[in-house]
Amino acid sequence: MAGDKKHLRGCYGIMITTTKGMMDETLLDKKEGFEENDEGTIHWIEYREKGEDEIIHRSVHIELKEGVELIPQVETL
Amino acid sequence: MNTQAICNSFKADCMRGYHALAATEIRATTTKDTIKAALYLASATINKNTTAYTATGEVTGTNYTAGGVVVTNATAPALDVDTAHWTPSASIVFTNVTLSTNFDAVLLYNDTFTTKRAISVHTFGNQTVTTGDFTITMPVNDGTTGLLRAA
Repeated sequence: MAGDKKHLRGCYGIMITTTKGMMDETLLDKKEGFEENDEGTIHWIEYREKGEDEIIHRSVHIELKEGVELIPQVETL
Repeated sequence: MNTQAICNSFKADCMRGYHALAATEIRATTTKDTIKAALYLASATINKNTTAYTATGEVTGTNYTAGGVVVTNATAPALDVDTAHWTPSASIVFTNVTLSTNFDAVLLYNDTFTTKRAISVHTFGNQTVTTGDFTITMPVNDGTTGLLRAA
């Protein structure tokens, strides 16, 4: 996701912001998911160190389906 | 034949602050207000009865500033047939945050005045973020899906 990854030219691949600092994506296990509910669609990305359970990066992108509506009413005189 | 109705123009004009049917805050300028977005824990009580921004129940975490972020507002309220609508003109992004406790709502409020009056609440299901971005992309800005609509 924008802002999460830094592209460093040269000897590194995509760098990921994690709780342990910037880490090369190739060193991490990546898990992605999509969910949908009444409000919108949700896309999340998680990274863990290989073989570890601890999530060291999780970003979320929500696309709202629609907003809220005010329905004005006028009374008969 | 005349037809009873709230005038369509009034709907959008209310969003633009053209009418004051009660005593209002003194506006020093004619510029648009600053709208902000704040995130709330799933355990909070933010709903239609919320009248203003509150720090009670707001998320806390690394790189999250109390009060939230400024909403990009480059598109004025408009009418789509009978429905006035307004939508932020860019996604709302909380950058590189860690929010470890479930949160499920964003409150839009007016940050220009000291009263920080509430505008709307939008929910999206429980979320957490770890050293990452939390992005809310807006719906299409029209009379059917716009973020704020007056039909």
